[in-house]
Amino acid sequence: MLNYTIRRLIISIPVLLLISLIIFLLLNLAPGDPLANQPLTIPPEVRQKMKEALGLGAPLYVRYLLWLKQFFWVEPLHAFDWCFGTHFSVGMQRILSWQFRSPVFDVIVQRMPQTLTVVGMSYVIGVLIAVPIGIVSAYRQYSWFDQIGTFISMIGYSVPTFFTGVLLIVVFSVDLGWFPSIYNTNLKVVDWQTFLLQVRQMAMPVFVLALYNAAQISRFMRSSMLDNLQQDYVRTARAKGMGERTVLLTHVLRNSLIPVVTVIALGVPTIFGGAIITEQVFKVNGLGQLLITAIYASDVPMVQTLTFIFAVLIVVFNLVADILYGVLDPRIRYD
Amino acid sequence: MLDAKPAAKPVKTLVEVRGLKMYFPIHTGLLRAHTGDVKAVDDVSFDILEGETLGLVGESGCGKSTCGRALIRLYDITSGSVKIDGTEIGHADQTRLRKMRPTMQMVFQDPQASLNPRMTVADIISEPLSEHTTLSKTDKLKRIYELMDAVGLNRRFANRYPHEFSGGQRQRIGIARALALNPKFIVCDEPIAALDVSIQAQVVNLLEQLQDEFGLTYLFISHDLSMVRHIADRIAVMYLGKMVELGPRDPVYDSPLHPYTEALLSAVPEPDPSLEKTRERIILKGDVPSPANPPKGCNFCTRCPKVMDICRQIEPEFREAEPGRFVACHLYDQNNKTTAGATGGTEADNEHFQQGETK
Repeated sequence: MLNYTIRRLIISIPVLLLISLIIFLLLNLAPGDPLANQPLTIPPEVRQKMKEALGLGAPLYVRYLLWLKQFFWVEPLHAFDWCFGTHFSVGMQRILSWQFRSPVFDVIVQRMPQTLTVVGMSYVIGVLIAVPIGIVSAYRQYSWFDQIGTFISMIGYSVPTFFTGVLLIVVFSVDLGWFPSIYNTNLKVVDWQTFLLQVRQMAMPVFVLALYNAAQISRFMRSSMLDNLQQDYVRTARAKGMGERTVLLTHVLRNSLIPVVTVIALGVPTIFGGAIITEQVFKVNGLGQLLITAIYASDVPMVQTLTFIFAVLIVVFNLVADILYGVLDPRIRYD
Repeated sequence: MLDAKPAAKPVKTLVEVRGLKMYFPIHTGLLRAHTGDVKAVDDVSFDILEGETLGLVGESGCGKSTCGRALIRLYDITSGSVKIDGTEIGHADQTRLRKMRPTMQMVFQDPQASLNPRMTVADIISEPLSEHTTLSKTDKLKRIYELMDAVGLNRRFANRYPHEFSGGQRQRIGIARALALNPKFIVCDEPIAALDVSIQAQVVNLLEQLQDEFGLTYLFISHDLSMVRHIADRIAVMYLGKMVELGPRDPVYDSPLHPYTEALLSAVPEPDPSLEKTRERIILKGDVPSPANPPKGCNFCTRCPKVMDICRQIEPEFREAEPGRFVACHLYDQNNKTTAGATGGTEADNEHFQQGETK
């Protein structure tokens, strides 16, 4: 297993380099001017100088290699310094955002907590709802519970989050006034009162995203359970005289979770990606919102760094899913 | 003779089946209305004596496996009564059934699929022990090793997973699992169908050896007629959800009463090439009718070479035609002797043979 993991990690290096090149070329060859927002009265030669100050004067390959060096060498060194109080990265150029004029990673670290609490919580809740629904739906296939569950997951899956989000705002913020429609990032949870406020402002975005996640995962869970319920070993377990609970929870559920766990693991990178639309609707200034504003502002370093981080997470969680598969299913051996 | 052995001492009936019916409902149309039933097992009655092996044979889809499963109530049966070791379980609820499980066990057809892939051999065998007994951990392990020895599995394999074994070994695990709770009655649902011929003999011999050792009673379901001849004391033949013939092994094989049994047995190849040349096969024409829509009268009337008018009208009763031999066929109706003139001679021969066989 260790050998397999190391081999996979080594293989992922060329994969990531290729992805970084594609992202870099796509963004830098795309039309768009980072200075388009500046006043038109700026003379062309000054404009040219500003461009060079942003580093746009250098040839494409120099910019690419510089970005790679900053991403893989300078930023990790800086993080190391920050953690252990050392001074290795002093004087090194970090990746700077064009719109914020500050290091990209500092901005990301500021935005991360909002995304993780809102999107992460919605994922956790989605999974916690989806698994029991999937189990019961499969066990009582074609029952009322299953039909309603199927209907709701169809809605959750097919109705876009910008619609459910706005609908919830109209009903619960505007009409009923139960929840705030804007997420307040400055709220600090210090006591019970602020905790309740935090819960209230998280309720709607978490619900919208949890519905979407639960819809997908419950379908996976249901079909995986149905697959396993028809297996012969389930009949064996019943013939042994095991209770229905044991049959369902130890025999069927454990085997059904194998594919579902990997699907859940593969979904984790989307948490970090943030829910671009939902964050916009509820004004949660997380990573998704950061990405979309950076795109508007033609903030190339920010966009390419964020996109590349997502790519790294996807590669890593693919590996995690494969390893989980090997851990959970004794039939699968990596050596 | 094997089948003479149980007759030596007074034997009690271990399993008593009366009018067992297992219908699977068919739902069709927009509203999924109940429009009919697949009559997988339709009104079957028989007894299994303690310590004997009853071979249940028939072609694919005739309801053999369903009958075996319904017998130990892995299905909720439509109607009928099943008495195992004096206890009526035909309509018992799951809680009572679970208490009965240690008495009746099953060895399944597919040794690959019938074992949980995520459990080790030790887990598979010990699970029923934890559920039905209060053995300590060490006692349980002792029992696991005992069972693995009994079925000829190396003790070192206890912590391996089913996929690491060959088909024959997996079936041994399945048998060890079935034996764990000291059952009296085991339904063997085509236990050798998924195995190589060389392994089949091993497993069948193992089953016989275990039967002697633990005094087990088997219902041995198979479509392998020569294997059934080897292991069974009595033979039951099913066709389209009904039992057509039941009797001691040798008389059934030597002089089958029912035309279907005759046709079925004529399909067994003869190992001696000179005899094989002269073997007369009875080739049945047409297909098996759908069990959802069986023909009127006798189920076999659409393909029977000896079909009579009465067969298409009235369903034959399953009755004792000769001592110990039951058959469901109008050829053996008492008041029908004249019509059955063609087979009268063979029937007389049968009687003669039967008397010689059972002393």
